[in-house]
Amino acid sequence: MSFLRISSPHARGKNSTKSVMQQVALATMPGFLALFYFFGWGVFINIIWCVLLAVTAETAVLLLRKRPLSFYLSDYSAVVTGILLGLALPPFAPWWVSAIATLFAIIVAKQLYGGMGMNPFNPAMVGYALVLISFPVAMTTNWSNPVNPTGTADFLTHLQWIFGFGSNAIDVFTAATPLDIYKHEIAASTEAVVRQSPAFGSFISYGWEWVNIGFLLGGLYLVLRKIISWHTPVALLVSLSILSLALGWDADQVTPLSIHLLSGGTMLGAFFIATDPVTGPSSPRGKLIFGAGIGVLIYIIRTYGNYPDAVAFAVLLMNFAAPFIDYYTQPRTYGHSRSKRGFGGNK
Amino acid sequence: MAETISTAAETEDTSQTNTDTSGKRPDYRDIAYNGLWKNNPALVQLLGLCPLLAVTASVVNAMGLGLATTIVLTGSNLSVSMIRNYVPESVRLPAFVMIIASLVTCAELLMQAYTYELYEILGIFIPLIVTNCAILGRADAFASKNGLLPSALDGFMMGSGFSIVLILLGAIRELVGQGTLFSGMDLLFGETAKTWQISLWSNNEDFLFMVLPPGAFFGMGLLIALKNIIDKQLASRKQKRISEPKKAGAKRVRVTG
Repeated sequence: MSFLRISSPHARGKNSTKSVMQQVALATMPGFLALFYFFGWGVFINIIWCVLLAVTAETAVLLLRKRPLSFYLSDYSAVVTGILLGLALPPFAPWWVSAIATLFAIIVAKQLYGGMGMNPFNPAMVGYALVLISFPVAMTTNWSNPVNPTGTADFLTHLQWIFGFGSNAIDVFTAATPLDIYKHEIAASTEAVVRQSPAFGSFISYGWEWVNIGFLLGGLYLVLRKIISWHTPVALLVSLSILSLALGWDADQVTPLSIHLLSGGTMLGAFFIATDPVTGPSSPRGKLIFGAGIGVLIYIIRTYGNYPDAVAFAVLLMNFAAPFIDYYTQPRTYGHSRSKRGFGGNK
Repeated sequence: MAETISTAAETEDTSQTNTDTSGKRPDYRDIAYNGLWKNNPALVQLLGLCPLLAVTASVVNAMGLGLATTIVLTGSNLSVSMIRNYVPESVRLPAFVMIIASLVTCAELLMQAYTYELYEILGIFIPLIVTNCAILGRADAFASKNGLLPSALDGFMMGSGFSIVLILLGAIRELVGQGTLFSGMDLLFGETAKTWQISLWSNNEDFLFMVLPPGAFFGMGLLIALKNIIDKQLASRKQKRISEPKKAGAKRVRVTG
């Protein structure tokens, strides 16, 4: 669409897709550094590997679809998908797991639906959910234990672990995430006993709290730069907190609020995944509903489901609902007495 | 959901078959082409999706169910065609369902007798052939309006078209999901078939996405896309063939006797 620009200094945003995506990539830095500090080189290798594959796959499909290469590649959306996947996957995920996730994310979840801006589901989360469902063992046991010094091994050793060559090739790491441990242990014991596990450390959950605080800082930067609006993350965190306080007040029975907020993928999901402008609703009121829905689903799936973390499933399920939410939350147009939303809207 | 699909497809089919059988002799080539390709129950009519998505985890499962469905479909079309002039319009559907149900019972007993392990694996999906909309759809749309031979052929071709898609999907899912092809064929073909298994790679873990029903949706989507691509290619080639000679003919005007 091209509207005529007539008189008046209409505000013109200098935000292009490219700069937005660059800012998002930049904002993952604090979270990435925390992950890197606690989990070692695996995160770094994963991100490089995923970005490499994402850009290659994007190029290949663009060539097949005869689209302008430089225009679509320079918007950095494939790079951001790769970075988010690299951050979300376990640090020791074997190379083929991250490869399948990335290729599926770019080729099927994004390009088959029409490419940038046309995908109904968040590509990174589609790839993540695919490998989580397909390879549950590889996806839940390849978290290095931040307390155990496997994370301090050097770059080459990590490379050998992930790509499975050389004498250092190992079968599997067994280190579950704190969310997983708490959920399974609490059924048979009390909070004080479960907290003895080294995975929880002295604060909330060793390593994970700093990772989540890192993503929170990055997210706040994005909100301040007006790259994302505050509605989705705030609604998500508030609804998750309310449910957790109302239903999970007894830490001897279920996972408490502190672990819900500062462990697993909560902050990454709230600020980087759920705020995807393509797959979420567009009005502020819609974003509030969307975020709240994700928060509720995260709590339900984490508490009553079989998977330890739920951010990917919650986001994908709410992506389904985004067009519906948009339909019912259309804001009032200036000059009209009431908004044209819902069934009465098209009269 | 399946019901609405079936009724939609049925009405479409009735209109087609009505024009087909207005006094003309049945075209057997056309019936075969319809069943296998143009009106394929799985790829075009999208009928019988429930067994299609549920049992196609391996080639042998798909083959077993495809075989049973083809037998039932041929038999039901034949029987329905035989009684077509004696069943009042108002009770035709219950009558057809009775015929189909008894044929399915036959197929079920046969499988129980000769391929017991496969019968166990397919479980509820053998009795559920009764509810396969493709069978009732063909009975109502074709067999109740056509003679014996065309009806039987139509049933066989529709069943074959359905089976081919089942087996293709089973092969894709088995290959990607478990890295094997033709595993467990001894369930259907006896002990000698044990050696037929081809293991392309031995992965420690199955690719569960393709083993579980979502993989069937995905594979189905790819197959439908492939069919549309082939149809498009064929259409454009035909277009070329039709348009080219005309041009040539217009250029060479013969003026001499």
